Amino acid sequence: MIANNISRRNFIRLSGMTGAALSLGFYFPAKGKEAEILKTEAAGDLGIELNAWITIDSSGKVTIVNHRSEMGQGSFQAVPQIIAEELEVNLDNVNIIFGVGNSAKYGSQITGGSSTVRGTYKKLLKLSASAREMLKQAAAKRWGAALSDCYAENGQVIHRPTGKKLGYGDLVAEASKLEPPKEVELKDPKDYKILRKPLPRQDTPLKVNGKAVFGLDKKLPGMLYAVVERNPRFLGKVKSFDDSATKTVPGVKHVIKVQMNVFTTKREGVAVVADNLWAAMQGRKVLKVEWDDSGFEHHSTDQLYTKMNELLKGEPISFKTKGSFDAVYEKATKKLEAVYETPYESHSCMEPVNCIAHVTENKCEIWGPIQGPDWIQDDLSKQLNIPKENVTVNMTFLGGGFGRKAFTDYPHEAAVISKEIKAPVQVVWTREDDTTQGPFRPGMVYQCKGALNDQKRIRGYETKMAGQNMNHQWPGSDKTSYNDSVTEGFLETYLESIPNYSFGDYPLDSPIPVMWWRSVYSSTNAFAFESFIDELAVLGEKDPLEFRKEHLWDDRYHALVTKLEEVSGWKSRGKNSGYGVAITECFSSIVGEVVKVSKKPDGKLKIDKVWAVMDCGWYVNPDIIRAQVEGSIIMALGAATKHATNFKDGKAVEKNFDTYKMPRITDIGDIEVHIMDNEEKAGGVGEPGLPPFTPALTNAIFDLTGKRIRKLPFNLDEV
Amino acid sequence: MASITLKINSKSYTVDADPKMPLLWAIRDIVGLTGTKYGCGIAQCGACTVHLEGNPVRSCSVPVSVAANKNIVTIEGLSDDNSHPVQQAWIAEQVPQCGYCQSGQIMAATALLKRNPNPTDKDIDSAMQGHICRCGTYPRIRKAIKSAAQLMAQKASVK
Ligand code: FES
Ligand code: FES
Repeated sequence: MIANNISRRNFIRLSGMTGAALSLGFYFPAKGKEAEILKTEAAGDLGIELNAWITIDSSGKVTIVNHRSEMGQGSFQAVPQIIAEELEVNLDNVNIIFGVGNSAKYGSQITGGSSTVRGTYKKLLKLSASAREMLKQAAAKRWGAALSDCYAENGQVIHRPTGKKLGYGDLVAEASKLEPPKEVELKDPKDYKILRKPLPRQDTPLKVNGKAVFGLDKKLPGMLYAVVERNPRFLGKVKSFDDSATKTVPGVKHVIKVQMNVFTTKREGVAVVADNLWAAMQGRKVLKVEWDDSGFEHHSTDQLYTKMNELLKGEPISFKTKGSFDAVYEKATKKLEAVYETPYESHSCMEPVNCIAHVTENKCEIWGPIQGPDWIQDDLSKQLNIPKENVTVNMTFLGGGFGRKAFTDYPHEAAVISKEIKAPVQVVWTREDDTTQGPFRPGMVYQCKGALNDQKRIRGYETKMAGQNMNHQWPGSDKTSYNDSVTEGFLETYLESIPNYSFGDYPLDSPIPVMWWRSVYSSTNAFAFESFIDELAVLGEKDPLEFRKEHLWDDRYHALVTKLEEVSGWKSRGKNSGYGVAITECFSSIVGEVVKVSKKPDGKLKIDKVWAVMDCGWYVNPDIIRAQVEGSIIMALGAATKHATNFKDGKAVEKNFDTYKMPRITDIGDIEVHIMDNEEKAGGVGEPGLPPFTPALTNAIFDLTGKRIRKLPFNLDEV
Repeated sequence: MASITLKINSKSYTVDADPKMPLLWAIRDIVGLTGTKYGCGIAQCGACTVHLEGNPVRSCSVPVSVAANKNIVTIEGLSDDNSHPVQQAWIAEQVPQCGYCQSGQIMAATALLKRNPNPTDKDIDSAMQGHICRCGTYPRIRKAIKSAAQLMAQKASVK
């Protein structure tokens, strides 16, 4: 269920709760302070905006407001599993409601940086344990028994000596009069009954029968449909348009010029609005628009990469350094230099971008596949000059997000159109729009240099990165600022074990809008880092996995590599296949992967198997982690060997899946995923499996063929 | 505009539509069955797959007039209660991630298994390679098709 405006009354209505209830949430007394747990009523009295997380009603039903969007990465499942564990209830009794955009109430809601579990699990565990303790206290009081004689299990409190039982539903009225305990003890992970178990996702049934409602499936009464012919050059304007033919298409209602904000620039286009989507598309086909494309550069891929390579010859704007790399490199006898290139990419979510807006006099309501509801609420409130509380952002299921659907452009455009035509409207991006309009993953060029010492260990390491800095697009951003993501993906422990290093960046100025793409900078950085580490191992005539081990100054990394070595049979690998390894770190998780490749009878390469070991610290559901790592690997395979976005004359070239080719079921063999069991802080799950795949693959290809691949994408059939 | 009769999931619908309108949009926007998805519109991704007289077709590339009076089955018509062996196998193997491509994948898999109750890896490859999953659920799709084949064989032997 998706709900807006979750006041307590509304919440009760939406969750179908009955009778009295115990309702607990948490709030942050001040920035940087620990969260405090409070009863909903108390918060109301004190005027505190509370995150009304969990409520238990008199029938024993538990309701949670999930503050994250669900885009396939399983937060639909993770949050209830966390709650059910410490609350001691059956997962089936837990009902979940998606919250809507309201950052005051929920904290940041942008689903990005693999942060759903990472950011909240401890608070959720504490919250649920507090509710459980209050229920136990209520039972002990009723029985006149000692609290230590009572325990909770399966939605009941049980009196150990007598076996007497009381259901949570019977206890909520009394429990709600008690104060939340100051301290609660959390379970030892060894005793988990629900967490760490591969429980099936609760949304799966809806996704095998067509009932899950994605953004494109949402309909409102009286809703119109729009498609927009946007200028294919990102900074171009609409000079004029001729809609005479469009207006003759049955169903077409309006043809209007629109502008949407893309960072600090305006994207212009002409919207065709009709009473059905097909009619809008037909109307757009016969629309004639004259563009004004003067005053900015019409770039091509070649020009962009030439520029980046040129930039690398200059001075980087700033450095992250240790020791003195230049001096070490100068004197070294064993040293190496290499340049790596990664392409621009489209997110190409399976569900193309779309959004419904309904703007009235002083209100705006949005429905859509949305990763960043609170950000959109903020933005629309400012753009439309409507008070924030009158802007409601409703999240549907997302047919993929990968960072694209965290951006604010598409809701803004829908709102502009709705406001003008005074009706609810769904703006649908065709696949072609989705592929060509961006924002894109930025293309990058990396220059790496390294030097070995006498023991053939890394004495000096340098990476310079040239490419667009996503942060430089924001209004008022300092374009001379250092890109602190230049080391994203690099193992923290390498920064200790390598005595001299330097990282720098050269920002590329370009009209191409760029945005987070699954695993962000790590998705490209890692290819350079882990290819180059491999090249250094070869230079030192060392086994690539052994070589890495020598630079891992921490037990946690050692445990992971040892596991990877074991499961992949690294030491007993045969001569007829190539093995490659890569280890990266992203959003506080460490992932190591080994890829095995061999030659088919026709001499072409094939990927036989991938082994992945994920260390994401404290975790919820191993099956969801496995699924995420499998998916990340396949998405990486696409960007490595299938697709790239090129530009010509200022426009994106690849438009649909016939030219922007996707990996298919035939492209990959078995993927085996292992998860490290430890109690480290929870790290991300949805993205960190992606970065190591590509370098592990190209390292494997080197192992088999002696060919070093330094430019992506490459065609596996043509190696 | 023409009045066209569509027989979807054993129900008849009369729709008033441009005969050239792709079946996909008639199913989604006129009939209102939104389980069938739009992914590319050019027969590249398979998200829009439905059965037309028992054969899997890409509804984005079939004009609605061609489908008139023929038997169409969409994802909503597989079962009332997720009891179709392919749906069961999809749940057991936990195939879907975002889920957007899965209607098309499932319709392709059911058509494959009807033709070929015991598909090899090669058969699965050729039946499924037209279907894109951006979330990368391919390894699980392969497993699920195999376990659906087993489920169907068990059911048949019980009968
Ligand atoms: S939408 Fe029909 S094949 Fe992609
Ligand atoms: S499950 Fe997301 S596209 Fe297939």
